[in-house]
Amino acid sequence: MKTYKISTVSKAILLIVAILFIGSLFVPMWQIELEAPQYPEGLVLKLHANKIGGDVEIINGLNHYIGMATLHTENFFEFTILPYIFGGFAAISLLLIFIAKRKAVLIFFISYILFVVLAAIDFYRWNYEYGHNLDPNAAIKVPGMAYQPPLIGYKQLLNFGAYSVPDTGGWMLTACGLLLFFIIFKEYKLFTKKKIN
Amino acid sequence: MKNKFMKVLLAVVLVSALFTSCKPKNTGNAVAGNAEKAYVAPGKYDEFYNFVSGGFSGQLSVYGLPSGRLFRVIPVFSVDPEKGWGYSEETKPMLNTSQGFVPWDDLHHTELSQTNGEVDGRWVFGNANNTPRIARIDLKTFKTAEIIELPNSGGNHSSPFITENTEYVVAGTRFSVPADYSNGDVAINTYKENFKGHISFVKVGKEGEMDLAFQIVTPGVNFDLSHAGKGKSHGWFFFSCYNTEQANTLLEVNASQKDKDFIMAVNWKKAEEYLKSGKAKKQSVKYAHNKWNEKTHTATSEIKNEVMVLDAAELKDICYMIPCPKSPHGCDVDPTGEYIVGSGKLAALIPVFSFDKLQDAIKNKKFDGNYGGINVIKYEAALHGEVQKPGLGPLHTEFDGKGNAYTTFFVSSEVVKWDIKSLKVLDRVPTYYSVGHLCIPGGDSKKPFGKYLIAYNKITKDRYLPTGPELAQSAQIFDISGDKMELVLDFPTIGEPHYAQAAPADLIRNNGQLKFYKIADNNHPFVAKGEKEAKVVRSGNRVDVYMTSIRSHFAPDNIEGIKLGDEVYFHVTNLEQDWDVPHGFAVKGADNGELLIMPGETATLKWKPNRVGIFPMYCTDFCSALHQEMQGYIRVSPAGSSVPLTWSVGTNLPKTK
Repeated sequence: MKTYKISTVSKAILLIVAILFIGSLFVPMWQIELEAPQYPEGLVLKLHANKIGGDVEIINGLNHYIGMATLHTENFFEFTILPYIFGGFAAISLLLIFIAKRKAVLIFFISYILFVVLAAIDFYRWNYEYGHNLDPNAAIKVPGMAYQPPLIGYKQLLNFGAYSVPDTGGWMLTACGLLLFFIIFKEYKLFTKKKIN
Repeated sequence: MKNKFMKVLLAVVLVSALFTSCKPKNTGNAVAGNAEKAYVAPGKYDEFYNFVSGGFSGQLSVYGLPSGRLFRVIPVFSVDPEKGWGYSEETKPMLNTSQGFVPWDDLHHTELSQTNGEVDGRWVFGNANNTPRIARIDLKTFKTAEIIELPNSGGNHSSPFITENTEYVVAGTRFSVPADYSNGDVAINTYKENFKGHISFVKVGKEGEMDLAFQIVTPGVNFDLSHAGKGKSHGWFFFSCYNTEQANTLLEVNASQKDKDFIMAVNWKKAEEYLKSGKAKKQSVKYAHNKWNEKTHTATSEIKNEVMVLDAAELKDICYMIPCPKSPHGCDVDPTGEYIVGSGKLAALIPVFSFDKLQDAIKNKKFDGNYGGINVIKYEAALHGEVQKPGLGPLHTEFDGKGNAYTTFFVSSEVVKWDIKSLKVLDRVPTYYSVGHLCIPGGDSKKPFGKYLIAYNKITKDRYLPTGPELAQSAQIFDISGDKMELVLDFPTIGEPHYAQAAPADLIRNNGQLKFYKIADNNHPFVAKGEKEAKVVRSGNRVDVYMTSIRSHFAPDNIEGIKLGDEVYFHVTNLEQDWDVPHGFAVKGADNGELLIMPGETATLKWKPNRVGIFPMYCTDFCSALHQEMQGYIRVSPAGSSVPLTWSVGTNLPKTK
C-alpha cells in the first residue's frame, strides 16, 4: 500500500494546530455565565485547563442556599491532567510534521474527536453531579428541582439564567479540530470529485 | 338704569382684571416642557454629582443632577447611629477635638479638590462652623477620611476653600476671639484690645493628608467667606470681613454702621516666604488631628500643640484691605482670576475688583491709611466697576465660563445674571424663597460646566406639602444653557443646604470607586478573617468577641458566660467579598448605635449589659433571602456566676434523651 506524504501547506497547518494547543493552556476554555436580577453585572465561571477561575468565591458563597457543593480546583483531577493532554496534543501535531503521513493525521484526528466526546461526557457528568447531589439540609428546596447547568447553551435555574459556552481556549481547540479535518479533506482529495472511469 | 348697572359692572370687572394681571405671579411654575430636562429615566445615571452641605445637620449629602435624587448622606461632623458613625469604637476618634468628643457640628461649605484650577474628583472638603474644623472626604469611598481642628478660632466660616492645585485649604475665624496662646479670661467689651482674627492655611499633601502650615493674625473682625485667586491671581487668597466696627454686642446694628468693610487680599506665597525665613512665631495651642486608616478600619486622633503664626500688621506685604460696601458676604473670583466679586449683603450694588488694578495699587502705594496696621487700598484704585441696581442683598456669585456671573439676592429672592466685563444685568429669575448660596458645576473653578444652576434657598413656606412647623428645605435647579435662566425642578434636601459643589458624574464614577475592602488587606487588630478565627476572649471584665458575618449567619451566634459588669466588645468582620453586601449588627438594649459593616471591613460595638437574661442580636441590613434568620443569642449571667465562657455556631444543639 502506498503511503501518501502530506503537502507543505498541511505541515504549516499542523504547526498552527500545535501553537493553538499550547495557546489554549493560557486562556480559559469554557465559561458559564450566570445572570440574576440581583446580579445585573453577571457572574461568570471560567474553566481553564488547569483551574477554575472567575467569580468562583462569590458563586461558592451562594451555593449553600440550595445545598450545592462548593467548587474547588483541587477536587477535579481533570485540572492536573488536562495541561499534559493538550501539551501532548501539541507535541503530536509537531511530530506529524515530520512523520508527514496522511493516515497518521487521520488517526490523530479520530483520537482527538474521541477525546472531545469523552471530555463532553465528563463535563456533563460533573454538571449532573453538582446539579443533583444536594445537601438535604439546604435552606431552599424546590421539589423536583435540579441545578444542572447546560452542557452548552442556556438554561434557567431558579433566579439564575445559566449560559454555558466555549471561551477563547474552547474556540482555539475547536479551530484545532477544524484545521485537522481540513488537512484530511485536502490530503484525501475529498474536495475533488472522483473521476468516473 | 339697567344699562348703567351693566356699565358699572363691566368697569368693575375690567379694573379688577387689570389689578389681578398686575399682581406678580407667586408660584413660579416651571414651564411644563422643562420637566423632561430634570427627568432621568429609571436605571439611567445623572450628569453630575452634587455635594450639598447639610448645614446644621453636620453631614454632607450627595444628590444627582439634574434629577435632584438623593444618593447618600455622608456622616462628617455629627454622629449618625444608622451608620455607627461616632458610635463604633473605630469612628469615635474622628469626632475628637481639643474639647473632647463633640457629637454635632454645622457643616456650611463644600469644596471639591482641584488640579490646575479644575475639579479633579479626588476629595471634597467640608468645614465645621461651631467647633472649628476642616474635614476631607475621600471620593473613592465617600467616607470622611480626615478631620483637623483649628486653634485660635471661633466659627470657622470662610472655609474650606482651596488654592488651584489644592496646595492649601483655608479657614478663617468668624468670631474673633482672644488667641488660645493669650489669656482668654478678659472682659467681653475689651474686644478691640484683646480679640484677634486668625486665618489658617492648611497644607494638603499628595494623598490628601492635612497639616496646619501657618496662621496669620489680624485685628479682630468677622471673617465671612473666601476664595483663592486662580490663573494670574494664583498665589493670592481673598477673605471678606465685616464688623470692622469691632462690636461685641448687638452686631445687627453695631456691625452695620460703616459704609464699607473689607475684602482682605492675602499674598500666601509671600506668607510662605516669611514662614521659611523664620518670621513666624511658634505659639503654644492645642488642636486635634484625626485620621481614618483604611487598612485597620480605625481612626486615630492626635492632639497637636504648636502653630506658626505670622503677624499681618508687622509683615506689611502679606495682607491688604480692599474697601467693600456694606458688610461683604460672598467673595468670588471669576474663572480668569482677574475679577473679584464682593457682595455687600446690605448693599444695592455689586462691586467688582480687578486683580491687575489691585497689583498696580499695591505697587504705587495707592493707600488710604491702614486698618489695625494693615494697608487699606483706595476703593477706586482696585475697582473694575459696580453692577448698578442688580437687586437687594447680594450674597454669592458663581460663573458659567462664558463671561457671565450669577449672583444670588437674599432680600429680593432672585438670581441675577450679569456680564462680568460690561457689568450689565442680562437676566433675572425669582427663587422660592430667599436664596443663599448657588452652585454651578465647577462654578468657582477655572473650568465651569455652565449647564445648570442650583439655588439653595433659606425659606421654603408653601413649596411642598406642609409637614408641621418644621418644613423641608429647598433647592431649585435652573437650566442656564440658553440666554434666559429657566426653572427646571424643585427638590427638598436634608438639613440646611448651605452651599454645594458639583462635578461631572464620569469624573467621580471613574476615579477608581472602591466596591469592597479586600479581606486580605484588613489589618484591624481584632479581625477574624474566617469563621475558624471567630472566638471570644475574656481578660478581666473585658470580653472581646471576634465575630464574623457572612450570608446568612454570625459566627459565633451563641455566646454564654457573659456576666453583669462585663464590657463586651463585638468586633464584627464582614467576610463577604462582593459588591453591595453589607451586614449590620445590633444587640438588644445597647445604649449605642448599630454597626453597618461593609464587605471586608471590621467594626466594633461596645455593649455593657445591665441585666441578667438572654439578649438577642441580629443583622440589621437586609442582606439575603435568609436575612431574617441571621440572628443569635447572648446569655448574661449574674456577676460571679460559674457559667463558663462558651461560643459556637451550629453546634449548640438541644441535649438528646
